[in-house]
Formats: sequence, structure tokens, C-alpha cells
Amino acid sequence: MTSVLAIDNLSVSFATPDGDVEAVTDVSLSVEAGECLGLVGESGSGKSQTFMAAMGLLAENGTANGHISLDGLDLLSADEKKLNTVRGERIAMIFQDPMTSLTPHMKIGRQLSEVLIEHQGVDKETGRRRALEMLDRVHIPEAERRLDMYPHELSGGLRQRVMIAIALMCEPEVIIADEPTTALDVTVQAQILDLLMEVKANLGAAIVLITHDLGVVAGLADRVAVMYAGRIVEQGSVADTFASPVHPYTQGLLDCTPSLDVETEALETISGQPPNLQSLPTGCSFHPRCPHVFDRCQTERPLLERTPSGQSKACFYNGAEAG
Amino acid sequence: MWAYFSRRLFIAIPTLWVVITAAFFLMRLAPGGPFDQEAPLPPEIMANLKAAYGLDQPLWWQYVNYLGNLLQGDFGPSFKYKDFSVTELIGQGFPISIQNGAAALFLALLVGIPLGAMAALKQNSGADHAAMTVAMTGIVIPNFVVGPLLALIFGIWLRETIFALPVAGWNNGALPNRILPVICLALPFIAYIARITRASLIETLRTNYVRTARAKGLPFRIVVLRHAFKSAMIPVVTYLGPATVFLLTGSMVIETIFGLPGIGRYFVQGALNRDYTLVMGVTILAASLVILLNLFVDLAYAWLDPKVRYE
Ligand SMILES: Nc1ncnc2c1ncn2[C@@H]1O[C@H](COP(=O)(O)OP(=O)(O)OP(=O)(O)O)[C@@H](O)[C@H]1O
Ligand SMILES: [Mg+2]
Repeated sequence: MTSVLAIDNLSVSFATPDGDVEAVTDVSLSVEAGECLGLVGESGSGKSQTFMAAMGLLAENGTANGHISLDGLDLLSADEKKLNTVRGERIAMIFQDPMTSLTPHMKIGRQLSEVLIEHQGVDKETGRRRALEMLDRVHIPEAERRLDMYPHELSGGLRQRVMIAIALMCEPEVIIADEPTTALDVTVQAQILDLLMEVKANLGAAIVLITHDLGVVAGLADRVAVMYAGRIVEQGSVADTFASPVHPYTQGLLDCTPSLDVETEALETISGQPPNLQSLPTGCSFHPRCPHVFDRCQTERPLLERTPSGQSKACFYNGAEAG
Repeated sequence: MWAYFSRRLFIAIPTLWVVITAAFFLMRLAPGGPFDQEAPLPPEIMANLKAAYGLDQPLWWQYVNYLGNLLQGDFGPSFKYKDFSVTELIGQGFPISIQNGAAALFLALLVGIPLGAMAALKQNSGADHAAMTVAMTGIVIPNFVVGPLLALIFGIWLRETIFALPVAGWNNGALPNRILPVICLALPFIAYIARITRASLIETLRTNYVRTARAKGLPFRIVVLRHAFKSAMIPVVTYLGPATVFLLTGSMVIETIFGLPGIGRYFVQGALNRDYTLVMGVTILAASLVILLNLFVDLAYAWLDPKVRYE
């Protein structure tokens, strides 16, 4: 299978008054059509910036190195004009905060139809009709009436549906959903996830689901990649990863995910804090928090390698206490 | 909307009353009176004058009288311009001031907004720094310095060239006579509006919804004009309220410098002469203007921010 979106050795760094900060280091990822890749990791691990780089939406002080290819088109070397022909048309992004991600002074209908008008040159009427269809498709009740509403007249859940509808307008090949449910109520979260599941089933697009909630990944993703301090530390199928995680960090994350069928007395957490990107630990960045740490971890950085089970991990630990 | 509008107008009445009352009594606290001159008048004449204008009555009675007349639309006679009523003086001066003020405000928006927007879009470039330095200078230097400076440049140094401009007088509103006063009045506003526009556009460009617009693949020009600009204008509109107040005070200085027969100059002279009724008239006019403009600012808000429209 060929990947629609392939990220190769991506690094992202930001110039700050205290020097450069590398938020993403040497990340390689890919997604195929019809596949959903889950990307998990604690806050600040570089999940969003990896895909902001793909969208050409890095902050002004950010630079990206490496390759990001959308069906052969190198997104990192594309200029703004070229990028604008694919953004919204072939690759779309749904953001975390639906409350602030819609333009407050524009009617919903126009915020949807402008995508089509821009990319496919349809007239206003067609744009409006297609916007209405799309609102129906994302199950927004009374869609006709919503077209002429402003964002503040809609609830958070509805706004996130609108965001999803905007992303779907041109039926893109790649949809990046960056924590699409984090800002929403629990019940609404489930509804939005159902909707994403439906999109995945119907559209055949490649979906990247960024989240720090492993439960969300389990329900929706086919494959999962785990990021820690800007690097991928584990990658594999969802089934394998959840059944037998190969990296101690993933193990830790799983231990702190509340499970519905097992009554746990107290939720475990990974001890310690994610490291400061400007003074990363030597060797493996995770070693100060790792329960299986040994000498080698403190001096040498483990590379991402395939395990016999077909998973990938960046870790020296082999299950037996070495050193 | 109209219910809202009329309710706001209704609330303005007590505001205006407070302004009138405060101005009336504060003015009487100032030493001297309208008939004081270098050579003091004989006491009998002074007494007659005071009686003629009702100044011999107790202060509270004068106040009640004044309010009563005001309710009938009568601002009273001017103490200094003996043959004129205050209404007549305002009728002469106000159109001139309002024309200059409106022209200055228009010019300030016309130049200030594009200047600020350009600075925001080319943030931290040479053009940005240049524009903002000029703006800062415009704010710091008071217009009683800029006025004479402009007069010096265009009236004297460039006298022999095609750039020569009249530096004083109204000349029945001939265009050349208006240019320097309007520019001088507008300069600080251009500077303020440019700075506000810059800061607010930069902030708006960082919002999540602008990020969404960019993720849609819209050209940057459309992102700015369609998605960012309207929100970015909210602080500028907010500023227009206080701006009119500064414009009013500014016009007093400008009209004095350039010898324009506007309401501002009447106010300055009126204050110096203790021309009680004239000062009161101009004060009431200015207060009404400020109230009215703030009302328009609110209406503009409703247009810029749909949230306001529904509340
Ligand atoms: N413009 C910027 N300048 C400097 N540092 C930045 C900038 N943008 C992001 N970063 C840093 O990059 C790191 C990675 O950020 P990123 O948004 O990718 O995290 P994340 O994994 O998505 O976390 P979250 O779960 O909080 O969204 C963070 O430590 C952040 O502080
Ligand atoms: Mg993020």
C-alpha cells in the first residue's frame, strides 16, 4: 500500500529568546487511504506541531526540516500559493478548540461554502446548497436555519460538527483531527467520535487522530504512534499496542487510562514531569521517569526499531532486567 | 434596535443634566466675572449691567432660570458679543468646527487604518518601524507645536512655491484655508489609529479562527480582509468615542492658532471672558456630541460583532 501522507525525518524547531527549542525531532510517520492513525503523547510532546508543519501553519518563529509528502507533493518546500491549492482541498485539519476556531462575525453557511467557492469555483448558490448537505451529513439538526446563524449561537458540540463539516467540504484525502473532543462535554465527546468513525467508514480518507486519550485511539484508530519529548517512541497496530505495549512509556500511559471493565482502586500515573525541551536528559529522554532504566539508557539514545512482534520501539529494555 | 437606540437617548438626559449642573456651578467658582475690565467700571454701571443679565439674583435662582430657558431651547444672550444670542454664535461657529472635525476624523481613518494594517502585515520590518516611529512622534508632539510649525513651513518657507497655503482665516471655507487646520487636527489621530490598528490586527492574526481560515487554503489577502479585519476594527471603533473628545479640545487649540471662527475659539474666548452663557452653550453642545458619538460607536459595535446584536 502506498501512503497518502508520508512524513520523513521531520524536525521542527522554534526560535525563542532563550535559544532554539526543538519541539519535533526526527519523526517519520505515514498514513494510508482509509486508515486511521492515532498519535498520542503527553501535552507538549510535539503532536500538534508535527502536523502544523504539514499544513504550513507553524508559527512565524518555527522552521521545519525533513520531508512531508502528500501523494508525491513535498509540502515543506511548497510555497504559500502552492500550499493554498491543497489546504482545505486535499488535506484538512480539525482543531482542538471549537469555541474559538470559527470566525465570529461570519455566518456558518459562508464559512462552509467559501471553501468550495475557493477551491472548486462553484457559485454562491451551489456553495450554499452543498454547505446545507454537509451540515446534514454531520447530523446538525435544523441545518437550514443554522446556515444563517453566527458561531456564538451554536453549542460547543455543534461548532465542532461545523468544523468537521468545513474539513469535509472538499472531501480531502487526509483529515487531521487535533484533539477534536478535548474541549467538549463527555457525552458530546462520544457523539463527535461516532461522527468521526462514520466519516472514516464512508469517506475512505486517511485520518490522523491526535489525542492524549488512549481510549479514543482504541475506539477509532487502526495504528498508533506514541510521542515523547518530540520523538516517536513506539508505533504499531492498535491491537498489538494495547495488548502488549513494548515501550515503558506506553505501558505507563496505559496504566493511567481508566478502564471501563476493571474497577481500579486508584489510577496509576507516570511519576515525574515531561522534560523541558531546552534541557533534555542525556541518552533516552524518558530515562529519568522509566521504571526499567539501566546504565546504557543514560548515555545512549535508543533508535526506533522493529521488534519481533512487528511493533516498533525506541528502547533498550528487553523485558529481562539487564545491566 | 430602535428600542435600544431610544432607550440610550433617554438615559442620556440625566447625564446631560449632570454635565450642565456641574459646568454651571464650577464656572461660577472661577474668580472674576463677565464685566471685569482692565479699568474697573463705575459701581453703578456694574450694578445695572448685572441686573440686566440677572446676575444680581441668588445663584440657585439663576440656575433654575437657566434650566427653564434651556428647556425652551434658549441658550440666553452672550455677555461679550452683545448683539448676539448664544444660539446665533453656535449657529455660526458650529458648522465650521464640525466640518473640520469630521474631515480630520475621516482623514485619520483613511490614513491611519491602512498605515497600521501595513505595519501589522510587515511586522518588524523597516516599514513597520518607520511607520510606528512617525506615529509615536505624532502622538508626543502637541498640536500647539505642530500648528505653528506647519504654518512656518507652508506659509513662510514655501511661500513662493505652489505648495504655499494660507495659515490663517476661514475665507468662507475655501479649500486651501482648510488644509493646514485639518491636517494639524488629524495628525495625532492618524498616529493613534495606526497604532491601535496595528496592535489589534496583529492580535487578530494570531487567533484560532484565522488559523482555520488559513487551513482552508484561502489566499492570505482574503484571510486578512474577510476573517481578520472586522474583528480587528473593534478597538478602533472603541477609540472613536474618546477620540471625539480629543477632537473637540484639539479644535479649540487649532481654531485659535489658525484664526478660524469655529465654536472652539468661541469657547476659549468665552472662558477667558467669563462669558457664562457662551461657555455653557458650547459645553452642552460638546457633551451632546460626545454622547451621540458614543451611541454611534455602540451601533458600529453591533455591526462588527454579531454577539452584541442579540444581547
Ligand atoms: N511558537 C512557538 N514557540 C516556541 N515554542 C513552541 C511554539 N509552538 C509550540 N512550541 C513548543 O513546542 C512543543 C510542542 O508543542 P505541541 O503543540 O506540538 O504539543 P502537543 O503534543 O500538541 O501538546 P498538547 O497536548 O498540549 O496539544 C511545546 O513544548 C511548545 O511549548
Ligand atoms: Mg496539541
